Amino acid sequence: MSLWSRISNAIRGERLNREIQEELQSHLEEAILSGRDPREARRAFGSMLRARETSHRIRVAGWLESMLADVRFGWRQLCRNKFASAAAVLSLALGIGSCVAAFRLMDALLWRPLPISGSSKLYVLSRMVTLFDGKHAEDGHWATPDFNLMRDAVKDQADLIAISDADRTDIAWSTDDDMEKAHVAYVSGNMFSVFGLKPSLGRLLASSDDRGPSAAPYAVLSWDYWNRRFGNDPHALGKSLHIGNQIFEIIGVGPRDFTGTEKGTITDIFLPLNTNSLATQDNVIWHRAFLMPKPNIDPNSDLEPLRQHLSAVSRAFEVQCSKCFRDMPQAKIDRLLNKTLVFHPAGAGISDLQKDYRRLLGILGLLVALVLLIACVNVVNMMTAQVAARTQEMALRISIGAGRRRLVQLILTQSALLALLTSILGAAFAAWAAPFVLSLINPPDDPARLALPADWGVLLFGFGLFLLVALFLGLLPALRASAVAPIAALKGGEDPHSPRRLMRGGIAVQVAFCFLVLFLSSLFVASFQHLQNRPLGFSTDRLLLLETVADKGQLPVVWNQTVEALRATPGVNSVTISRWPLLGRIRINSDISINGAPPSPTPAFFLNVSPNWFSTMKIPLISGQDFRTEDTSPGVAIVNETFVKTFFPGQDPLGHTFERVANQYRGTAGKYKIVGVTPDVPYDDLRETSRAVFYAPFDEIDSKSAPKPVEFATFAIRTEGENPLLLAGSLRQVIAQQHNGLRVSNITTQLDLVRDQTIRERLIAMLAAFFATVALLLAGIGLYAVLNYSVLQRRREIGIRMAIGSSRAGIVRLVTSDVSLAIALGGCAGVTMGFGAARYVESLFYQVKATDADMIALPTCAILLTALVAILPAVLRALHTDPTEILRTE
Amino acid sequence: MAKTDALQGSLDLLVLKILSRRPRLHGYAIMAAIASASGEVLRAEEGSLYPALHRMEEAGLIRAEWIKKDTGRRARVYELTAAGKKQLGVEESRWKSVSLAINRVLREA
Repeated sequence: MSLWSRISNAIRGERLNREIQEELQSHLEEAILSGRDPREARRAFGSMLRARETSHRIRVAGWLESMLADVRFGWRQLCRNKFASAAAVLSLALGIGSCVAAFRLMDALLWRPLPISGSSKLYVLSRMVTLFDGKHAEDGHWATPDFNLMRDAVKDQADLIAISDADRTDIAWSTDDDMEKAHVAYVSGNMFSVFGLKPSLGRLLASSDDRGPSAAPYAVLSWDYWNRRFGNDPHALGKSLHIGNQIFEIIGVGPRDFTGTEKGTITDIFLPLNTNSLATQDNVIWHRAFLMPKPNIDPNSDLEPLRQHLSAVSRAFEVQCSKCFRDMPQAKIDRLLNKTLVFHPAGAGISDLQKDYRRLLGILGLLVALVLLIACVNVVNMMTAQVAARTQEMALRISIGAGRRRLVQLILTQSALLALLTSILGAAFAAWAAPFVLSLINPPDDPARLALPADWGVLLFGFGLFLLVALFLGLLPALRASAVAPIAALKGGEDPHSPRRLMRGGIAVQVAFCFLVLFLSSLFVASFQHLQNRPLGFSTDRLLLLETVADKGQLPVVWNQTVEALRATPGVNSVTISRWPLLGRIRINSDISINGAPPSPTPAFFLNVSPNWFSTMKIPLISGQDFRTEDTSPGVAIVNETFVKTFFPGQDPLGHTFERVANQYRGTAGKYKIVGVTPDVPYDDLRETSRAVFYAPFDEIDSKSAPKPVEFATFAIRTEGENPLLLAGSLRQVIAQQHNGLRVSNITTQLDLVRDQTIRERLIAMLAAFFATVALLLAGIGLYAVLNYSVLQRRREIGIRMAIGSSRAGIVRLVTSDVSLAIALGGCAGVTMGFGAARYVESLFYQVKATDADMIALPTCAILLTALVAILPAVLRALHTDPTEILRTE
Repeated sequence: MAKTDALQGSLDLLVLKILSRRPRLHGYAIMAAIASASGEVLRAEEGSLYPALHRMEEAGLIRAEWIKKDTGRRARVYELTAAGKKQLGVEESRWKSVSLAINRVLREA
């Protein structure tokens, strides 16, 4: 018989049964017809039922039919406890969905290889450096001349590729067009060919396109941008792209799935590296360097010599370059040169987002896995209780010849059915949740973008999770069921304690995990609150920021005229200007020298601001006075308290002078007289400990006292109206109408800048709080159900105890003692795990420590309270047990 | 008891042999034929005949068909397939060699 007929036999099992029955029946009739005694004939025949069952099993593929029967039976079981089943499915779906969503995010951001050829052989070059405060950091950015030397030195063994970060840049598609933003990356001409990428349209950049600023400036669009901005219009080819003073011609569109090497940002436009003016500067490190070994290179043995070679070349470059640091003390030169070049695998791309979110995603994965486990334990307890209630049925099944394997299959089918339902629901949840969480990363106007394909990897993970959950749910109850001894069950039950023992273990596990989730969550929430409520020292109220650029640079007097024009606009309270805003993620430091002494080891940070900047920001002066309009930089400075503590300890700094030492990046040397002192305010990072900061006048002069042009600055406008953004449009018009080359590049508010500082903390606090609530709820439900079940089971015992005079306190103790023990044990395990986990994510905390008393007290109280609420109904039920009623029902 | 044990393992052979002599027999007739041919020595527990028949049917050694009996009831009759005829030869020669061997052992003892 073919497999197909077996399957059809399985489906029409009833008919087959009838046929077999008929054949057996006709046997008996024949026997009686041939004159035998009917009773004798029946005895000689043996068990008709067994013959029929055996035949039936032979006639159909046994497993298939029993599977169908089990599915039907399992479904009926699930339907019988509709409420419990729905709760189980929902909680498990949330757990599975969250796990899959977390996996998708981790996979997309951290693990998924770039869609290039040889991604497993791609490395990124960086160097370990020592900072001024003695800490070590990794620097992944390089100067182009240094890169060029390294590339030429190893050109026979490996290809070196330069790729800049895809910065959000002002671009225009014709000079008349409004400016728009796009993520622009500068790449060395060999990138597309080394990565083995093929154009979707036109051609890609080649090494010959990357000869320098004078070479024909070509640009390549990413497929994603071509699709978004041009709707896949082939006429995008040949269009002119304006960036600053440069005009690029579009020559092609990249392959469909390649979005650059910076995970979390989709590169829109690729430009040749050497068209950027930074490419000629020895001192500006601005792009990453990737290394792809040639095919003949053995990655195990040949990489180390390659690394040493590159290290030597780079060091020689820097030694030569360090001569430009004329006034630098030898110790600092030594520190700057003391670098170790390292290779890191970069097959999955490289980005700051990966660095910032690796631990966050790790902890998120842990939280959702724990919630899933808590939900699983609940369902296991539920199923154990159901199986215990079916002991009689199981015993009966075994007596009529069901194999133990058959019973295990019965229970496992039910759990698989449950897991299947939850997986479908969970998949839907994951499909929504992963993009949702992703959209919360980074500020709303420039969200993180990642390809989140639901491909084989994700499906495989989901299926693995499904199998794991199904086994986890079914195995313990199934083994319990199959261990039923019919004789004991028929006698009225075997050891009545054993299912409860299993459940108590479950309670301990749940409490431990729940504590861990709550503990971590309260740490994250407290961190976020501390960070958000950190005293700023300035007012963000109604403060609009216009980040403005002058592509060719404008003299300070032009900027100051613009300030006057803005001030005359109705609805404006006060206007001021600074080179960049506070907390705008820009920080530049200078070495400071007092009275001609060698520079101190600690640098100071600076910011150029115009007069009345302090009053507009509402930063008070502790002593001294504000800048006057005729003040210039160098000349005078206002310093903060940490600056005073660092450079003038115990002195009145007013009237003292300090010298700013030119460094390799920015700023000219010059003398400054201190005219005022302000309190510390956060400079570029809310998390920072106080930095030494000096404020210099906005008007800068060079060594010949001529005013220096300014390419970018930020207007800070305090508005009359509540919502400062309402004025943004008209103020932008005011600036445009000046026709002085100034152009607003970005509009934001000081409040948004502060908020953007806490995005990661807000995200993890929000998610952690959500999962903590879910975990607490699930653990509470689990505890309630287990206790309720246990009281029901021991009703007879409780009734007898009450009848023979046990006190109410005794009953309460009887009901709660073992659960209390489980909670206590679980709590202890939770604390231990919590400390371990907290150490791993310490870097995400702000002003909280795992050992803070309230951080332990809070989750403990929450769990105790939940336990109390969950236990109460069962205890009341136990106390209201009426012995006479029990005896009557028995 | 001894009667039933004697049938263990050789029921298939007997069914095939009976069907090779007289095709299209139903279950009861096969059993009766075995009993009469063996002089009432070999009698199976009658119920265990049917699983054996169904197993051989699944294995393709015999095929079955429903016929209408004189009483108006239906009966399921069996006959050998080509594979069944071949199997009978194999089983028969194996049985002969086994019983020969057993006889030899019994003689020497």
